[in-house]
Amino acid sequence: MTIGQPLIQARGLVKRFGDFTAVDGIDVEVRRGEAFGFLGPNGAGKSSTMRMIGCISPPSGGELRILGLDPVRDGPAVRARLGVCPQLDSLDPELTVRENLTTYARYFGIPRRVARERAAELLDFVQLTERAESRVDPLSGGMKRRLTIARALVNDPEIVLLDEPTTGLDPQARHLVWERLFRLKQQGVTLVLTTHYMDEAEQLCDRLVVMDGGRIVAEGSPRALIERHATREVVELRFAGDSQEAFAGKLDGLGERVEVLPDRILLYVSDGDAAVAEVSARGLDPAGVLVRRGSLEDVFLHLTGRTLID
Amino acid sequence: MVGLPLPRLAGVTGARRSAAIAERNLTALRSAYWLVLVSGFLEPVLYLLSIGIGVGALVGDLTLPGGAVVSYAAFVAPAMLASSAMSGALSETTFNFFGKMKYMKLYDGVIATPVQPFEIALGELGWAMARGGLYSAAFLLIMVALDLTTAARALVAFPAAVLVGFAFGALGMTVATLLRSWQDFDLMGSAQFTLFLFSGTFVPAEAYPAAVRWLVELTPLYRSVHLIRGVCVGESGWSWLLDVAYLVALTAGMLALASRRMGRLLYL
Repeated sequence: MTIGQPLIQARGLVKRFGDFTAVDGIDVEVRRGEAFGFLGPNGAGKSSTMRMIGCISPPSGGELRILGLDPVRDGPAVRARLGVCPQLDSLDPELTVRENLTTYARYFGIPRRVARERAAELLDFVQLTERAESRVDPLSGGMKRRLTIARALVNDPEIVLLDEPTTGLDPQARHLVWERLFRLKQQGVTLVLTTHYMDEAEQLCDRLVVMDGGRIVAEGSPRALIERHATREVVELRFAGDSQEAFAGKLDGLGERVEVLPDRILLYVSDGDAAVAEVSARGLDPAGVLVRRGSLEDVFLHLTGRTLID
Repeated sequence: MVGLPLPRLAGVTGARRSAAIAERNLTALRSAYWLVLVSGFLEPVLYLLSIGIGVGALVGDLTLPGGAVVSYAAFVAPAMLASSAMSGALSETTFNFFGKMKYMKLYDGVIATPVQPFEIALGELGWAMARGGLYSAAFLLIMVALDLTTAARALVAFPAAVLVGFAFGALGMTVATLLRSWQDFDLMGSAQFTLFLFSGTFVPAEAYPAAVRWLVELTPLYRSVHLIRGVCVGESGWSWLLDVAYLVALTAGMLALASRRMGRLLYL
């Protein structure tokens, strides 16, 4: 493949399961060295897309080239150059932490000596050296995920696919994973990840697509998306009582847009503090007020009318 | 042309990947597994001692269709060897394989590597054969020690027993891809036991009515027993060729079917 050609190129990519269309004609390009994200709620088609890119799920339609190769015909050749961290850890419960890495390396045809060296380096990288001789089962969720990430790196891949790398982890464990992924990114590894956490997408992704119902609804850098679809600041108001709706009318004309959610009202404004002052001036007394920066959550809400995490 | 050297290359790397699967099983080998190994070996030995030698004392000698006259124990022993090769291969490729695929989700991780379903199947089968081969070798030693066959015939019977293991291993793997839950294993167990009882193991197939006999002679265990008994008692003739062809075809066909089924289950 020629230099500058995208590592992953999808045109009109479709995945169907029976009557259900999980991925409904998406166009994606991932370039070397970038961290690319698929952001969307559960069921948006992110995992199906990742499995197609990982060459373990044949596309139902459209075109897909990975590293310039065909994922179905050249599956083994492509997979040899990918690292995959699936949504559900598929670690080997009958092996120790270290054996999980050395055995996986053997699946790539890596010589035993190299596999041992590589395992030691990677255990160090994901901070699991002390647990090297432990079985997998007693590990915490965060440790298992870090081991899965280490396993995905055992073949020194050109692209690392991470399907919801921090879902189900506690905040501390998430930060540890993010920090490791950030180091990988700095080393120039191409990362492709899915997430329904906007903070994850904002922290890690250079560029992302927002997916909903199997389609791509927006594409760009996190900053560009926020600039285009949200405002600089957002005021979150919570009113006591059952219905936030009743208060919405009194907020007319405040900022660029008002979004009413079941539990709060969002005001899209350029100056949060000024908006809060105006709310008081109108004689309203919300139980909770929060001024924050516009985020990808707002982008998603604006594009789909729904929140990312239901 | 890129396409031309591929088949040869795929053969070598494919074998290497299959070996990596077997190697994984070797790494996973832990103390508890030895118990399974011992029980798998003991079962046919107990049958041989209780029925072959115990019941054999009541039955006396048998005249085989080829004309050879053998003791009942010498008649039963090759059948025990064949059925132990069968059950060793089946338990590895059904229980263990099913557990790895459906519960441990082991292959979900493996298919993300260059390893393909056919290579997984071949690796698991090769591993199952290492186990089955161990059973067979131990059992043949006992047969020679009890003077139920000669050392030379035992040497020929060993590869025959390995072939039996391959055929049942491949069959078991296909069955494992069709099983829905652990409950289905009861059905499989019954089928296996029926084969064990009626495949010319304890009674010559000639003793059955013609229709039943035809049916029996079509079963894989009958062909296995026929092959190994022929070798162990030193029957002449070419009918072993049919047994070998049958078992080779069964191995190839089932291996192809198993890897296709695996592909369909794994590459969603």
